[in-house]
Parts: sequence; C-alpha cells; structure tokens
Amino acid sequence: MAPAVDNNPGMSYERTQTARTVDSGFKWVTTIFAFGIVVTLLAIALQVGIDAFPAIQKFGLSFFTGVRWNPVEDIYGAWTQIYGTLVTAFIALLIAVPIGVGVAIILSEDFLPSKVQQPLVFLVELLAAIPSVVFGLWGIFVLAPFLQGPMTWLHQTFGWIPLFSTPPTGRGIYIAAIILSIMILPIISSISRDSLVGVNPSLRQAAYGLGATRWETLFQVIIPTAISGIIGGVMLALGRAMGETMAVTMLIGNANRPSPSLFAQGSTISALLANQFAEASGLQVAALMYAALILFGLTLLVNVLAEVVVRKVEIKKL
Amino acid sequence: MTSNLQQSVQTDNVFHTENVNIYYGDFLAVKEVNLDVPKNAITAFIGPSGCGKSTVLRCFNRLNDLIKSFHLDGKILYHGQDLYAPEIDAVEVRRQIGMVFQQPNPFPKSIYDNIAFGPRLLGYKGDMDELVERSLKRGALWEDVKDKLKAMGTDISGGQQQRLCIARAIAVQPEVILMDEPCAALDPISTLKIEDLMQELKEDYTLVIVTHNMQQASRASDYTAFFNVQANEKGQRTGFIEEYDRTESIFQSPKKKATQEYVSGRFG
Repeated sequence: MAPAVDNNPGMSYERTQTARTVDSGFKWVTTIFAFGIVVTLLAIALQVGIDAFPAIQKFGLSFFTGVRWNPVEDIYGAWTQIYGTLVTAFIALLIAVPIGVGVAIILSEDFLPSKVQQPLVFLVELLAAIPSVVFGLWGIFVLAPFLQGPMTWLHQTFGWIPLFSTPPTGRGIYIAAIILSIMILPIISSISRDSLVGVNPSLRQAAYGLGATRWETLFQVIIPTAISGIIGGVMLALGRAMGETMAVTMLIGNANRPSPSLFAQGSTISALLANQFAEASGLQVAALMYAALILFGLTLLVNVLAEVVVRKVEIKKL
Repeated sequence: MTSNLQQSVQTDNVFHTENVNIYYGDFLAVKEVNLDVPKNAITAFIGPSGCGKSTVLRCFNRLNDLIKSFHLDGKILYHGQDLYAPEIDAVEVRRQIGMVFQQPNPFPKSIYDNIAFGPRLLGYKGDMDELVERSLKRGALWEDVKDKLKAMGTDISGGQQQRLCIARAIAVQPEVILMDEPCAALDPISTLKIEDLMQELKEDYTLVIVTHNMQQASRASDYTAFFNVQANEKGQRTGFIEEYDRTESIFQSPKKKATQEYVSGRFG
C-alpha cells in the first residue's frame, strides 16, 4: 500500500476506525431489528396460545364444528365464524380479482393518455387510505339501501338456490363481502400493476416483432411473466380480507347461526372478537383466544401458501 | 399474410425507400433516406451512435409504431407496396419481417415454447415438433439443446439465447430478418457463430443488420450503408446516409471523405 500513496500525496486509502465501527454497527442494528420482528410474532402466537389453552383443553377439535356460542352455559363452538370468515373472504376475492387485475392492466398499458393515467393510479391507491370504519358507514347508509332492490329480486327469482334462500336485510354476509372486495381492490391492483410494469420491455418488443397483437402480447407474454407477482398480491389481499374487522363487524349482522344463504346475517372470527372481548371473562376469554388462534393460523396458512406458489412459479419461470 | 402484401411484385429489391424523413414529435431524427435493400443479401448499417441506424431498421417492420411521438414521411416500399399505407396492418408486416434484438430476449418459457410462440399465433396446423426441430437446426442451436427442449429459454448462455431468438424469428417463415446489433452483448466466439449463421441464412432470407463493429460489417455483409450525423444550430442531431454501396467499395474505395475516416477508425 505504501508505494501507491506516494503517487497521491493528498489521499488516504485507509478507512478510519469510526467508519469501520459504523459499518459493523449498522450490520448489528439491522440484524437486531430483523430478529425483533420474528420474536414479536412468536411472542404473540405464544401468548394467544397460552390464553387459549383452557378452551383448547375443554373443546378440542369440536370447537371447529360446534355452532353454539353460549356464554351462559360456557359452551363454545366457532363454526359459524370460521365459515363466515372463509366465505366473505372468498366472495370478496371472486369480485376483486378480475376487477383488480383489469384495473392493473389498464393502468400498466398505454391505453390512456398519461395525464389521465397518473391521477388514476393515485386514486386507486387512495382507496387503501380510507379508514375501515368509513367503509362500514358507507356500507350501511349507501350500499345496503342501494342493493336492497336488486338483491330482493335475486331472492324472489332464485330463492330456490340455498345461496339466496333468505330475504335480504341491510346486514348480512353478502354486503360484508362486497365491502371487503372494495377494500382489497387496491392491494390487488397496485401489486399486479407493479409486476406488470416490471416485465422487461424487450419481451414486449419480441412478441410484437413476431407479429403478435397487443392482446396476444398481453395475455401470452406479459401476464404469464408477471403472474407470480399477481398471485402474491391476491394472497396478500386474501389475508387482509380474512382479518378485516371494523367494516365487517358493522355490516355482517353478528348473528351466531350458520346459514347457507348469503343474504342471512352471519359473523366472522374478527367480528366475534371485536364484539365480545370487552365483556368476556373466564372460559369465554379462552374461547375467544382459541378463535383468534384459528384466525392467526388461517392467515399464516394463506401467506405461506402465497410464498410457496410464488416460489413455484418463479422457479418454473427462471 | 395480407392480401395487400402478397399482391406486391416480387423484385430483386426487397425494400426501396424514397425520401424518408423520420420524426419524434417535431424532432427530425433521420432525413432523406434513399436506399434499396437487395434480396438474399446481407445489408449492414454502420455509423456513429445516434445516427439513426436502428431507427431506420425499426421502420422496416413498423416497430417504431409503438413510440407514440413517432411519424415519418416519404415512402418505404416492400416489394413495391408502401408499408405505411393506411390499409396496411402493422401486425401483418411484422409477421413477414422478423426482428432480432441487441439483447437476447427469449420469453420466460421453455425453449420449445419460444420457437412455437410465433407459429401458434399464426395458427400453424402442421407438425409443431418438426417445425421446432427445423427452426432450431436452421438457427444452429439444435445440437446444443435437443435434449433439453423443456428447459427455460432464459437458462441457456447468452450466445445460445441469441441463436434461440434467431430460430424463433425463422419459425414464422419471414422473408426478411432485421437484426439490431445482434452480437453487441455477446463474446467473440458466439459472435463468430452468429456471423457464420448469417451467411447460411442469406440463401433463404434477406438480412439487414445494424452493427457498431466495423470488422463485422466488412466480414459479413454484402452491402453497407454508412450513416452519419449532423447537428443543427439548436444542437439537434439528425442522421442521414452518407454513402451506400457494395461493402468492398465502402471499405476499400469510399467516395466520401467522412466514410473513409470512419471505416479507417479515424472518426472525428
């Protein structure tokens, strides 16, 4: 090192002790933060598990299938809530995936002049900034009265199908699911858009160069290339839909009876927790914790599944 | 295969351009392009950066249509048919005039599906396996990949990827293959393989290549167009064709001083 310094009298090639310390210090700080997140997750899981233990011991797996939630007799079963959670999230996806991916396509291709496109991108993401309770109020005062007519018609015409077998009221599984679909729309559309925009433009040129039309390019090259990101966004949205509390609690009716009808009032795990936790005591707290643990497990499962799907697609692709 | 394009006369010149000016918005990118591209030959475009070689190349299969501000005046005739006539469909043009790009850009699909992509778009009814094999053989890639057709097209080496892209372009049976600096991202050995391949391909196809590599132009091409660039008072740089002739003439007895300086490496 010494001879090189002679050529550059004003320069030092050695790093100061402070610079080295900051470097290694930074590494440790980020490591601690990273582990902090893992520890927090495990601590929450552990605490919920411990609090739920009396209920797990008492009800075991019958908690999943039981439909009675009776604090007076201390008998608890969460099937109504598990079913409500799954079915609202599933319907929300059914509505939000085609719309969200469609929005992502419109906002990633150059269909619109950029003066229109940029504000639209911003507005769609703004949808995610609306507080949950506002969605709930909007559902009660605007969407439910608006849907009352069409849904009544649906019940009268197709009432023989179990899904539409009860008369619609202002609250119920269907309205919660529709509000959920609006709430998860920005997640799906913005993540899908990011992955569509991220596709290497040279692939688009290659497809056009072979005589592909815009649609052929989009559906045979661009979307397949971006599919792992799109699936990741959908899974994230599913997790959000299952955990969403406030708007669902306001809209679903919080009825503790399972019904195959989408117009019936129902409940979800998070709505159950929000409604009962404040006044619960004893075994009821344990039962609520058990339900929380199930919700935790469901969202964890969805996220792991998302990770696996994305990996699988990615490996196939690369 | 469009009726308009098919009715055009078979000539010895595949392309004939008349006073083509190419604009991006108000900016004149290339001016007064007049040249004939002969059939079953390799025509090379050389010249300094920013002289519009690639721009002109991309006009030949209307790939510049993707750029919103792009427009041109003058005529680009493909066997006598104006490629920019209103009744001509750009998609059909691109099916007959293939393109290979600077960066190898195989689709993130299997090698087989990369080749089959174009024929499937065209509704190819014949034996796809046979077509894939024939195209890969024609692209000098069959021996390398015949045992791994299911492997991803993006998993093979850069040189192999570029030959895959050439084979992919061949699979739709174009008449012309445009190559935009096809070897710029490749090592010397892969470059030579591609050049050998170009010599074989010109028996069946007409090739137009853009290259920065003057040895490549002098080794591989039959005709060479030397593009130069001049700036106006606002500093906008407009490309034009300084000289166009048989490759030997351009490299051994250029008529213009600028050409002579450029090909001898003394470009200022």
